[in-house]
Amino acid sequence: MEQEKIAKEMFSPAQLDSAKSEEISKPSLNYWQDAWLRVKKNKGAIVSLVIIAILTIMALVGPHLTGHTYEEQNLQHNNLPPRIPVLENVSWLPFDGNLTRKNGDVYNAYEQKNVEEYYWFGTDSLGRDLFTRLWKGTQVSLYIAFLAAAIDMIIGVIYGAISGFVGGRTDNIMQRVIEILSGIPNLVVVILMTILLDPGILSITLALTITGWITMARVIRAQVLKLKNQEYVLAARTLGLSNGKIISKHLVPNLAGVIIINTMFTIPSAIFFEAFLSFIGLGLQPPDASLGTLIDEGFKVLQLYPYQMIIPATVISLIMICFNMVADGLRDALDPKMRD
Amino acid sequence: MAKYLTQRIIYMVVTLFLIASFTFFLMKIIPGTPFSNADKLSDTQLSIMIDKYGLDDPVPVQYANYMMNLLKGDLGVSFQFNNVGVTDIIIKSLGPSATLGGLAILFGTFFGVILGVVAALKQNTWVDYTSTFIAVLGKSIPSFVFAGLLQYYIGVKLGWFPVAFWRGPEYMVLPTIALAMFPLATASRFVRTEMIEVMESDYITLAKAKGASWFEIAFKHALRNALIPVITVLGPLVVSLMTGSLVIEKIFGIPGIGEQFVKSIQVNDYPVIMGTTLLFAGLFVLVILIVDLLYGVIDPRIRLAGGKK
Amino acid sequence: MEKILEVKDLHISFHTFGGEVQAIRGVNFDLLKGETLAIVGESGSGKSVTTKALMRLLPESNSEIKTGEILFGGKDLAKLSDKAMQKIRGKEISMIFQDPMTSLNPTMKIGKQIIEPIIKHQKLSKSAAKKRAIEILDLVGIPNPEVRFEQYPHQFSGGMRQRVVIAIALACNPKVLIADEPTTALDVTIQAQILELMKDLQKKIDTSIIFITHDLGVVANVADRVAVMYGGKIVEIGTVDEIFYNPQHPYTWGLISSMPTLDSDDEELYAIPGTPPDLLHPPKGDAFAPRNAYAMKIDLEKQPPMFKVSDTHYAATWLLHPDAPKVEPPPAVKRRQREFLEMKEGN
Ligand SMILES: Nc1ncnc2c1ncn2[C@@H]1O[C@H](COP(=O)(O)OP(=O)(O)O)[C@@H](O)[C@H]1O
Ligand code: SF4
Ligand SMILES: [Mg+2]
Repeated sequence: MEQEKIAKEMFSPAQLDSAKSEEISKPSLNYWQDAWLRVKKNKGAIVSLVIIAILTIMALVGPHLTGHTYEEQNLQHNNLPPRIPVLENVSWLPFDGNLTRKNGDVYNAYEQKNVEEYYWFGTDSLGRDLFTRLWKGTQVSLYIAFLAAAIDMIIGVIYGAISGFVGGRTDNIMQRVIEILSGIPNLVVVILMTILLDPGILSITLALTITGWITMARVIRAQVLKLKNQEYVLAARTLGLSNGKIISKHLVPNLAGVIIINTMFTIPSAIFFEAFLSFIGLGLQPPDASLGTLIDEGFKVLQLYPYQMIIPATVISLIMICFNMVADGLRDALDPKMRD
Repeated sequence: MAKYLTQRIIYMVVTLFLIASFTFFLMKIIPGTPFSNADKLSDTQLSIMIDKYGLDDPVPVQYANYMMNLLKGDLGVSFQFNNVGVTDIIIKSLGPSATLGGLAILFGTFFGVILGVVAALKQNTWVDYTSTFIAVLGKSIPSFVFAGLLQYYIGVKLGWFPVAFWRGPEYMVLPTIALAMFPLATASRFVRTEMIEVMESDYITLAKAKGASWFEIAFKHALRNALIPVITVLGPLVVSLMTGSLVIEKIFGIPGIGEQFVKSIQVNDYPVIMGTTLLFAGLFVLVILIVDLLYGVIDPRIRLAGGKK
Repeated sequence: MEKILEVKDLHISFHTFGGEVQAIRGVNFDLLKGETLAIVGESGSGKSVTTKALMRLLPESNSEIKTGEILFGGKDLAKLSDKAMQKIRGKEISMIFQDPMTSLNPTMKIGKQIIEPIIKHQKLSKSAAKKRAIEILDLVGIPNPEVRFEQYPHQFSGGMRQRVVIAIALACNPKVLIADEPTTALDVTIQAQILELMKDLQKKIDTSIIFITHDLGVVANVADRVAVMYGGKIVEIGTVDEIFYNPQHPYTWGLISSMPTLDSDDEELYAIPGTPPDLLHPPKGDAFAPRNAYAMKIDLEKQPPMFKVSDTHYAATWLLHPDAPKVEPPPAVKRRQREFLEMKEGN
């Protein structure tokens, strides 16, 4: 052993600051701060969040930007392709108002029809402004999705919380109900309900929520069962808080994570079903616009005027992708299993 | 196990019974069905109807008859085609739908599993990110959007495959791809997660400690364990196939159940709508049951644990 | 005696979400032919990481052997290719893990799991491998080996599974057997059985064993030598007698004091105060200083070197520096020291 010179003084007892040694060196973040840090690291989720925000804003203001309403028809101006000032001069962008004939000829639809006006996203077969219709449709689709998600959340949380919290016979019966309902494919329920109710925003929303809340109820129940016997809930019980108070004061805040994740997965699924119903003829009816009806109408003229389908198809895909990315990101961030 | 099975089958029957009752009363409520008013029907239809359902009978009797007919596999008579039984219509269009669905689930899960396994083994590399990207697209882009774009770009613009109809193998390519996207995405995500978990498990470490090669570990030890739970997503996949087949058969003009169904919706042919709905519900319930049983057969842990009881 | 394995200045880090975890910070030890070396220490002290490193089983994605050598049969295992490592794993060095419930592949028959390494390393035919596997199953005390050969892991109890894992490890007569807390997850009676089995097997098969445990009681039973780990380092190493009856490191004192013995039931069981060091931000001085009642100023400034106590006994504590004040070990330790001295004088 090499022995270097060490001052004798060093071998006197050290002043140990016991408080300091007990200090936890990892800065202790609370659940939400920690989750936020994790979400922030997930670039895909952040970008998606921004895109969702932009699309939501456009869904609100977009319908008022062009001066046209979403149902106003102008048959002289029908089937015009997108044309945007400035961008029309960028040759590789499809915003020059040109169309291609079946034989391959390219012509400018605006010049041919002698239209001075610029329709940013073109017009449909009735000459309605697609820019306005697109954002109106986005608005309606998002509205249906948020509404359905909110209803699912409320029913699911209440049902799951009661089932898990009360337990015993009640829980047993409530679980059997869920078991039977979950045997019904949501496709079937949604179709039967939209046939029963007349197509409309509310009836579609309602149809979506009939079985939509089940997943939420299941997740919540499982969480409640887990949390139920933890100390602070027992303490609250001995303090004489009523069941309702315990649910709202102690459990719900703890359930926030799973609720958020689940809701984020419900939204894209609702958007999909709305569009799906419109596409098979059970959804909103024209002149009402939703992303589904726009895609359905666009699909009918896809080979002649592809822009009429591609634009709403892009928006719906973007919304679906972004919500799924955010949901995935949140799940990874909030899942306690992933925390070190 | 027997007890569990009985219980499952009881649930299955109750569920189907509820759906069937619901469709019956729906038909009573909605105007234009054989049970609510007969104005729209031709005389022949009417006589068959009265004959069949005893429309003069009180509602409970009608209900009982309806249920009895269902048990016999008789789903009623279509409106749009005179006198043709719904069951016959469904059987006739079953072929293309089953083929399409089978192909989609086969290719979808096959490539999905490959994608998921590769992503898990090359975790956090560009392979993994690409696979994630494909999966997110597959899960997010609605099947009808994807089908429409495929039809336009691959079918119309490039002209590689027929744009529509169902006349031979080359006609199956585009619809199969469109319908397979969701199973592919779902399977790949699921397998990736499972595979990563399995690869971190103790028995994989033990396999490494025995000197097994990377290949043996991935394919002899890990894959089987990672694949078993995939069976559990079969239920959701079948629903996605049913949903998808409605729109994809419509888009590609495939004479299957889905196309028939969409047409029936457009002309309010309620017996066909209800019949198809019941078929879907039955199929779904059956798949769930099969998944349960299959899981018991494939996983020796469950098989034996169940057998002991 | 012949050294079969030499670990020199091993440093291992994990790259995690929070930063670099310096799990192993300079570990040195030798393993002699035919001996059992026990590694003891609290959970998190780096026992598993050290031994996994010997077999290069650390997760490739986030672990790194920063420096150090692992010399075995003239090769440095720390730098060996993965292909070359596969020829050593299971053949020259084998491992038994802590939890027998999770360490067998649930969807593969026991028999197949045993013959795999035999076929691979010993190039036996399938039937010869099966014969050998049944022999080993018999050797590790599994009744009806022919029947058991065809069964799945879930048909075995925990103790039986651990016997299977031992059978797998011994299938190719390895030179080194690493047992990472092989009895921790088992019931006390089963623990004793497995320990007996391992002692018995070592007599029959001439293998060196590294036996990891956090239970000093087990050590006295099985080991020839003991290495005490703390905070990613070996803080004391010596023969069983030296560690039990003449421990030098305050952490070893703590471990011994917290060990229940037959004649100490009048005292309350002692627990070392404080928490293990945070290896994300390892301290500048000695990692044990914050929990050490004898800590000196130097302990907060400099890490102690290994001081030699005897030819076989070393400890890393400044208390062994000639300038350090002489301190008295706690009573429980002193009682053992007295016993040790009496024993020596008696001889
Ligand atoms: N995969 C890993 N990722 C990050 N840190 C790890 C990993 N494995 C072990 N560690 C860290 O290494 C240290 C030693 O762990 P280990 O060797 O398992 O302790 P033990 O002595 O209980 O076997 C611990 O602090 C642990 O946090
Ligand atoms: S080196 Fe110092 S702090 Fe570390 S064990 Fe020895 S006396 Fe205690
Ligand atoms: Mg360990």
